[in-house]
Amino acid sequence: MEGPTSTGIPNRKLAMWTFIGSECMLFGTLIATYMIYRGRNLVPPYPHDLLNIPFITVTTFVLLMSSLMMVLALAAVQRNDLRATKLWLGLTALFGLIFLGGQYYEFSHFVHEGLPLSRNLFSSTFFVLTGTHGAHVAGGVIWLSTLLVRTVNGKLDARHAETVEIAGLYWHFVDVVWIILFTLIYLLV
Amino acid sequence: MAMTEAHSTGIWSWLTTVDHKRIAIMYFVVGFAFLLVAGFEGQLIRLQLAAPERSFLDPDLYNQLFTMHGTTMVFFAGMPLVVAFFNFVVPLQIGARDVAFPRLNAFSFWVFLFGGLFLYASVPLRMMPDGGWFAYMPLTNREYSPGLGIDFYVLSLLISGVGSIAGGLNFLVTILNMRAPGMTFMRMPLFTWMALIVSALILLAFPPFTVGLIFMLFDRSFGTHFFDAAAGADPILWQHLFWVFGHPEVYILILPAFGIVSDVIPTFSRKILFGYPVVVFSGVLIAFLGFGVWVHHMFSVGLGPVVNAVFGGATMLIAIPTGIKIFNWIATMWGGRLRFRTAMLYAAGLVATFTIGGLSGVMHSSPPADLQQTDTYFVVAHFHYVLIGGTVFGLFCGFYYWFPKATGRMLHEGLGKAHFWLTFLALNVTFFPMHFSGLLGMPRRTYTYAEGLGLDIFNLISTIGAFIFTLSFVPLVWNLWRTWRRGEAAGPNPWDASTLEWTTASPPPHYNFAEIPTVDRRDPLWHPYIEPESRDEGDEPGGAVPRRQPDEPPEPVVMPNPSYWPLVLAVGMLLMTIGALGSLGLTLFGLLVTAVGLFAWAFEPPFGEEAH
Repeated sequence: MEGPTSTGIPNRKLAMWTFIGSECMLFGTLIATYMIYRGRNLVPPYPHDLLNIPFITVTTFVLLMSSLMMVLALAAVQRNDLRATKLWLGLTALFGLIFLGGQYYEFSHFVHEGLPLSRNLFSSTFFVLTGTHGAHVAGGVIWLSTLLVRTVNGKLDARHAETVEIAGLYWHFVDVVWIILFTLIYLLV
Repeated sequence: MAMTEAHSTGIWSWLTTVDHKRIAIMYFVVGFAFLLVAGFEGQLIRLQLAAPERSFLDPDLYNQLFTMHGTTMVFFAGMPLVVAFFNFVVPLQIGARDVAFPRLNAFSFWVFLFGGLFLYASVPLRMMPDGGWFAYMPLTNREYSPGLGIDFYVLSLLISGVGSIAGGLNFLVTILNMRAPGMTFMRMPLFTWMALIVSALILLAFPPFTVGLIFMLFDRSFGTHFFDAAAGADPILWQHLFWVFGHPEVYILILPAFGIVSDVIPTFSRKILFGYPVVVFSGVLIAFLGFGVWVHHMFSVGLGPVVNAVFGGATMLIAIPTGIKIFNWIATMWGGRLRFRTAMLYAAGLVATFTIGGLSGVMHSSPPADLQQTDTYFVVAHFHYVLIGGTVFGLFCGFYYWFPKATGRMLHEGLGKAHFWLTFLALNVTFFPMHFSGLLGMPRRTYTYAEGLGLDIFNLISTIGAFIFTLSFVPLVWNLWRTWRRGEAAGPNPWDASTLEWTTASPPPHYNFAEIPTVDRRDPLWHPYIEPESRDEGDEPGGAVPRRQPDEPPEPVVMPNPSYWPLVLAVGMLLMTIGALGSLGLTLFGLLVTAVGLFAWAFEPPFGEEAH
């Protein structure tokens, strides 16, 4: 079954690209909703009361660096350097976890400051948009951790480089989405 | 070895199957069952409306019935029946042994089935959704729809939507990547082309709807304010999210029917399709324009003359590629040696009745006209002409065309023709009078109407038509029963058709093709342009395509293993869905089952041991 394909692109990789196309519509809709409702919030607190740009800049930087780690992990597994693969995969997942920790801190801080999910239009759009992204990061961290465990167990090597590459496509996509969210939610506040 | 194993037939083999042909049969049977249920709901609606001021149904039950009728027909009858044909036909038409992701294919079916069953769990609980299939906010928020009905709607569409997106992804990759050698894009049969386009539509149109459903779920369950005008939000957002999906959804339902008739009409006209590239690109254009016309469902909202004019103009543009297709079908038939078998009758019936529905569609693409027609029975007449006269006729056309391929038996022509003429009669008797009742101002979704408005006779005729619909299933069921008992053997190519699925046995072996065919032209089984020197000895045609597949594969075929993990994963998602009605524990347990299913699936070898 897994012979050469009509396009020359492996099925799983084409499926990931296709999935990313579909995900663009998902995030596009969420982002459009956020932008349409921007500035229409009627009940305090308002975005500029709470959004902590310096803090999120740091976690954004960490998430961007995780993409670099991902590139290094793929390069390592392609040359069958499993020690380096473990290191870079582990760091990618760790940086993802740090980003999620930052998001957890941010969310709980907002709730503490009087912005639970059901508070107003800002809380609704903000939590659902960034929460959907966070869920994608969490899924990626689980995926990368699985790949790490399999590398440690000796079940993943250069023959499975395509698997790492596909996970990387997903991870980079999630990062790119965050760059857009960071710009639209935080920098344009 | 997979190929020599007897193909088992027990229940377990169906629960774990990853064979696209078996999944197609399951989609068809379940989709058809939902079609009957939703048809019954429509019949009840027509009984209520047979005469003015009847009290057969109370207003509350009436609202639930039209909501269930529309939701079921679109999501749990129309789409699965379309996908049933994708499943059965596409791999055979492109010369593949299965789809790109067989287990994902099984998963798509199971979540669709569970989504449908979950929706219908609201019936014994007497909590059916009652907000229309479009569930407009703010009517459907917790304040105005306090029961669980809308929750059943939201959650069933969320879970079945996951299956739809997975299916779209699967067929897109399958058609792009699994084509037989030589099967270039411009040699693909039209049905496969339309399946490719529709897969892309599903992938792009479902996410906005999914997001809208999540907003609705959060507004209802967690007190968010996405559609809450008092919080500064705009309830019209729901309409945008719904229709930016809803209009492409219309093409998700109609383009496969266009694909089917584009394969059937050449077969029964003994002529190649007139203007193949034009028909292909008309389909592409319809799909592209289909994303830019959604506001024509919202003309009466009052978005302003500029917006309405732009969307009205874009809507009128769609008439051009659609008209091109209709003229191409007519030109294909023109001067052909026509054989009016049942499939061809349905194809010709589609050309006629879809055109009627298309013309009334052009009428309400003009905002001033639409303002008169919106929410009246005129619109009901329009979309039933395109959905029955288009989609259902196309699906029946495909059913009569590919039934011999799927079962190896021929259906009875006389009974098939009786079925066609009854449905043709029923469609026109039921829905043509609705043009008049609609233009007289009869509103949709209202459980009754007053006497003396001139509506009585039109409604009575419509109700009689609905009974003819019910009657039309008699020859169909009789035909199936008769064929089950003593249908004549079909042979590989009973219609002398031109595409690859007709080279293999009927029904096809589970590996489809003993040898993967090589294609060197469009319509590979017809060979009017073969150079004489490339002909073999005797009657066999030359070129790269064998007329018949060999009886046994010349080399071992490795097929995907059956797997129960897709079912486990779907069950996990069903448990999460049920839990979302109010049980956190069940949701978490469902999440656990989902996670187990996902990991076990990922680590299960997809192919037989000999693949390694």
